[in-house]
Amino acid sequence: MAGQVAVGSRSGLRSALPLLLPAYLWLTVAIFLPLSAMVFFSFMTDLPLSGKAWSFTLDNYMTFFSQGLYPTLLLASLRLGLEVTLWCVVIGYPAAYVLAKVLKGRSREAIFLLVILPFWSNGLVRIFSWAMVLREGGILDTALNAALPFEINIDLMYSYPAVIIGLVHSYVPYMVLTCYLTLQAIDDSLIEAGRSLGASRLQMLKRVIVPLAMPGLVAGAALIFVPVVGSFMEPRILGGRTGTFYGTIIEDQFVAVFNWPLGAALSFILLAVVLVMLALASPVLKRAA
Amino acid sequence: MRMPKPTAFLTSIAVFASALTLAAKADEVHVLNWKGYGADEPWAVAAFEKATGNKVVNDFFNSEQEMLTKLRTNPGLYDVVMINAAFNDQAMAEKLIQPIDVSKIPNYADISPDKAGSPMLARDGKVNGVPWVWGLTALAINEKSFETPPTSIAEMWNEAHKGRVVIRDDAVEAVQFGAIATGQNINDIKDMEAVKAKLTSLMPQIKTFWSSENDWNQMVASNQIDIGTYWSGSADRAKTHFKLPVSLVIPQEGAVAWLDAFSIPVGSKNVAGAEAFINYMIDPGFYVEWVTKVGAPVSANTKAVEALPEDAFNRKVMGDPDVAKRIQFQAPITDAQREAYLALWQELKVNVK
Repeated sequence: MAGQVAVGSRSGLRSALPLLLPAYLWLTVAIFLPLSAMVFFSFMTDLPLSGKAWSFTLDNYMTFFSQGLYPTLLLASLRLGLEVTLWCVVIGYPAAYVLAKVLKGRSREAIFLLVILPFWSNGLVRIFSWAMVLREGGILDTALNAALPFEINIDLMYSYPAVIIGLVHSYVPYMVLTCYLTLQAIDDSLIEAGRSLGASRLQMLKRVIVPLAMPGLVAGAALIFVPVVGSFMEPRILGGRTGTFYGTIIEDQFVAVFNWPLGAALSFILLAVVLVMLALASPVLKRAA
Repeated sequence: MRMPKPTAFLTSIAVFASALTLAAKADEVHVLNWKGYGADEPWAVAAFEKATGNKVVNDFFNSEQEMLTKLRTNPGLYDVVMINAAFNDQAMAEKLIQPIDVSKIPNYADISPDKAGSPMLARDGKVNGVPWVWGLTALAINEKSFETPPTSIAEMWNEAHKGRVVIRDDAVEAVQFGAIATGQNINDIKDMEAVKAKLTSLMPQIKTFWSSENDWNQMVASNQIDIGTYWSGSADRAKTHFKLPVSLVIPQEGAVAWLDAFSIPVGSKNVAGAEAFINYMIDPGFYVEWVTKVGAPVSANTKAVEALPEDAFNRKVMGDPDVAKRIQFQAPITDAQREAYLALWQELKVNVK
């Protein structure tokens, strides 16, 4: 019995293998294989599926650089990602702080439920609900005009702010959850110690709470920024004529013209840019964390 | 002695299950079409199933490209597919569909000769597609915004409608619409720069790019738009079925016409069922009910159109010889053209920001 345990602990990997295998098998089948297929497609002139002759080419990647439209859109999407992430921090961080440090017991559970609730509804349903709220003569417009003594005209639908609102609503729970976890782990005695040493509320926040909660903020920001840059559903439905982003033109390549090679190439350029940005930011973030 | 029991049980289940699937396969008709486009009407499916004993299994696509992909990746699954005539050649060239024996489709004899003889569907004496319905991509107006309906396509550019104009988010449709607005042949656009300039000047007017019938109808219902490009069948449906203040305008400059047809995919397991289904789809009885209950484009079957009341839109307006002179039928488009159109369309959409 003792011998077996000793063998098991000597080769940690072997005993861990049965536990790791399902996850890695799943990753290989569900992510690695399709992704490699897409890398392969992105270097092809045409899909073998369509029955036409095909060969290898770099043209798909060159297209990105030869047409000003793609870099312009990529920049617009990166800006969208930054703005949405910023709003998620502004809205999500205080909410997480209140959840972790102020509320206790039942009220915490209730508020927590409200935060997670959007996750339980379908993304399209959320977007179409926003469409009803934001449009001219919609719920927001009617409610404000009923409450206010003067006439105002609110028509946010089909605009850039509508896209931001829709995306922030979809992604803010990530920020709340990641910040909540790190904030909750902060020992209350540290805060009491700071207070007893005469730190003001602002100093406490700047010197103790924010630095200790940084890993949660960073994780939340990365979780939000990456999918938002590639988002296409929210811009298409809420953005109207301003709703063309990098994600929507990738979708067009796959759906409208069946040009998978170009769509795949554009996706990998996006992936590369996002990875470079995260790599450049990592020393700063590491120091902060 | 107890060992064989579970084995026998499992075997019997397997045999039973495979027998069940085989039995179900034999008389199923798998239909691939747009959603909400006639073939999936519950009353129609029920009537067809009752009359022929076949069971209809509907599947849907959201774009012609998706339809072709579904045919490529599921050989042998579908028995009937609805293909825009402009895509019929491509499907035939890729060996996705097979010629149809029209002698098995009695109603085929009543198809109007110009539709049946369309070079896109009938080739070398073989019929690759049975014309079903045709319609227009024209303009539709919100009746609340107009005292009298406009007659010219130029109304889309009218300053009075700024921010209340819609156009479909589809590169081919947009470019062909631009071609009509600049007085060109949609199938042979000579001056692409003119089309681009014309569409560029339209962009500030646009509220949004619609992509489904539902988008359009909701915007009219909430009185957010005045005018926009729309399909004739959809405008009819919006009026009859949803009781919306929508009416179709066929501008004097012309409109894009399309022809939808049914084909039988290569490897269909139930060709007889497919032929029966196609025959039912072009039958006057089905068509009149479709128009009355739901609203539909114009049938390619002359007898079906004649079965409509005298003043029906699909008979009176769409059947008007004067309209026939103005419209241009869409011809096949090459992949290179489609990609060029998309590039132009994307550029326009990006510059608007």
